[in-house]
Amino acid sequence: MNFDDTPEEAAFRATARAWIEANAPRELEAELKMGGFASNGLKSVDPMAAAKAWQKKKKDAGWACLHWPTEYGGRGATPIERVIWGQEEGVYGALSGLFIIGHGMCGPTVMAWADEATKERLLPPLAAGEHIWCQLFSEPAGGSDLAGLRTAAVPATDGSGDWIINGQKIWTSGAQHSDYGIVITRTDPNVPKHKGLTMFWLDMKSPGIDVRPIKQANGQSGFNEVYFTDVRIPDSQRLGAVGQGWSVSLTTLMNERLSIGSGMPTGFPELFDFCMNLQTEDGLAIDDRSVRSRLAGYAVKASGLKYTGMRAISALSKGETPGPENSIGKLVAGATMQELAMFALDLQGQGGVVSDPEIAAAGARFQAMLLRSPATRVEGGTDEILRNIIAERVLGLPGDIRVDKDVAFKDIPTSGRG
Amino acid sequence: MNFDFSDEQKQLRDQARRFLADKCPPSAVRAVLEGGQAYDRDLWVGLGEMGFLGAAIPEEYGGVGLGHLELCVIAEELGRAIAPVPVASSIYLAAEFLMAAGSEAQKQAWLPKLASGETIGTFAYGEGLGRVTEKSIKASVSGGKLSGAKTPVADGDIAHLAVVAAREGGKVSLYLVDLTGPGVTRATLDTIDPTRGQATVTFKDASAELLGVAGDGWRLAAEVMDRAAILLAFEQVGGSDRALEMGRDYALDRMAFGRPIGSFQAVKHMLADMYVAATLARSNAYYGAWALSTGSSELPVAAATARVSATQAFQHCSKNNIQVHGGMGFTWAFDCHLFYRRSNGLALALGSQSTWEDLLIDRLRQRNDAPAAA
Repeated sequence: MNFDDTPEEAAFRATARAWIEANAPRELEAELKMGGFASNGLKSVDPMAAAKAWQKKKKDAGWACLHWPTEYGGRGATPIERVIWGQEEGVYGALSGLFIIGHGMCGPTVMAWADEATKERLLPPLAAGEHIWCQLFSEPAGGSDLAGLRTAAVPATDGSGDWIINGQKIWTSGAQHSDYGIVITRTDPNVPKHKGLTMFWLDMKSPGIDVRPIKQANGQSGFNEVYFTDVRIPDSQRLGAVGQGWSVSLTTLMNERLSIGSGMPTGFPELFDFCMNLQTEDGLAIDDRSVRSRLAGYAVKASGLKYTGMRAISALSKGETPGPENSIGKLVAGATMQELAMFALDLQGQGGVVSDPEIAAAGARFQAMLLRSPATRVEGGTDEILRNIIAERVLGLPGDIRVDKDVAFKDIPTSGRG
Repeated sequence: MNFDFSDEQKQLRDQARRFLADKCPPSAVRAVLEGGQAYDRDLWVGLGEMGFLGAAIPEEYGGVGLGHLELCVIAEELGRAIAPVPVASSIYLAAEFLMAAGSEAQKQAWLPKLASGETIGTFAYGEGLGRVTEKSIKASVSGGKLSGAKTPVADGDIAHLAVVAAREGGKVSLYLVDLTGPGVTRATLDTIDPTRGQATVTFKDASAELLGVAGDGWRLAAEVMDRAAILLAFEQVGGSDRALEMGRDYALDRMAFGRPIGSFQAVKHMLADMYVAATLARSNAYYGAWALSTGSSELPVAAATARVSATQAFQHCSKNNIQVHGGMGFTWAFDCHLFYRRSNGLALALGSQSTWEDLLIDRLRQRNDAPAAA
């Protein structure tokens, strides 16, 4: 049991470290370190330009999309090399936030399902950061129940073979910046819901697409609504067969699971630091027994996640495939951060209500965590869906009884009342 | 990176699991619970013969000379089987004390017998209710004679040898005491977990031999309890996993409202949360195992982390295993209460949860780079 690299891993790490030392934008380091969890935190320069510049530099030197084959702009690296790269890239990895969905989900889906010419055209510029991609999956009527989506694609009546898309997507991260997207649509409402879906890629500048940022509960706008009004897509942009969209979407979601090793933040180090320095009438907060008990509870969660990640990386290093057990990361981190933020505000007393970073304790980071953490517990699989995944796919418990199974999609009830 | 046990260590785990499945079925635990005997003597002898007791004891002292990672693996299996034997007292504590501070003569005298199981050892330090601190030690030694009362002493009813914390000249030191000698009386206590016995041990001018440096007793006790806490965490992790499996299996079998209860989300989510707690505890225990086996300076933090996490997990899994079983879980006939008893007994061994939470925060504070924990 050790944390040591194998000789091959050590050699890879040394090469990566040397390249990063010689090429990383050091002038941004301090600012990136202060970044929040919703953006890369850059204010002194245009965050998008800085992100694209770093990505281009990586692509030119063979350090972009490490897990992709070289012919599409990647490095053909092993999963463990990808983890090592992430450790070495460190704070500069925050620059790549804009590309996570494209590189981690859309790109691999295109790679698995598009024809060769399309792959050669779309993938290298995506690897180079020239294009930003989004994933148009969730809908107002299809979130956790993704297969309940209603955005319709119907064949154009002009005989061109094109498809005409109408409907609405929601919670689309980065749509306002995106050049391309992958969109899952319903092409047949007369068959059970999983069977009538079809996937396409599309140009986000296509006529009829309207992107509207959502003003979130915390006042920020990372997510969007995307409206489709008679958006025309050629059949050549279809990914997989007509009616095969559910299988195609699983490729995308499986790739999401491969993004391990980076670890979800819990806020524990920040809270510990805060308690070490917070003076109360009775002395430092960290000397208070009730505070210590709460801190210890958060400490073992943060530590448990860290070492669960180490175990997953070890499994990767031995060539094992990450499984559904990695669902616990977000489940634990989201709930921990939310509780911890409430506790941090409680320690601040009435003053905890203040969220102005110039005035509030700890630069208002706990107020920001409080207001952002509800999203963590919902996005990318709610706490409840993650518990279902653990229960069904790790523990082997039965799936829910599906009342909409074997029912034509058009006959599934749409209202909970009446 | 290999943050995992080696293939050989996993083979040892399989071997221990098979051995315990054969020699320590729930009926064996129940036999001790129901009062036929104070511990499972046949199992104890078997563990000695298999070399499990001596796994981390060097060959020159009659052990197998494997190491602490191997002992962690064995501890996990003992925890799964909720084995009714004094391994924690005799091996994680008494033998570790001797290895940490015993003179050559003391090691030669006792370690081979502890490794074989011929001698059962224990650690006697607490003297009543509340947190055990250096100040709370009242037992005293004068002219090589120990007087005072220790309670509760784990396995104090069956042990032959005790490491006893006592005062001499105002300072706490540790002493080796032959519990079969004159001046020692013991009374078995009724407890929440009779499968690991507890006793009050009273000393009146009992012969006591200094272990380690005079006056260094409390520091040494803390050091060895950290090591033992990691091994106990593995027992707790093993117990958590088994309680989770029992709950899962029952949820698959038991039908209500025309379907397996394991198809209801309320039950599935309870089991998923048990899995999460058990997984976090396992990962933290691995951190402890790494620190224990490498002698890392992180050991104090790792021990408290492993301990707090494992206590949480085993209590969580054992109580919710009963909940999944419903009324049947509260019957004497079902085994759920064996795990519930053990989890709550272990939660108090070596100091309660709040004690370890305090230790964890002290140590994170001492380790200046505390944020590295996340």
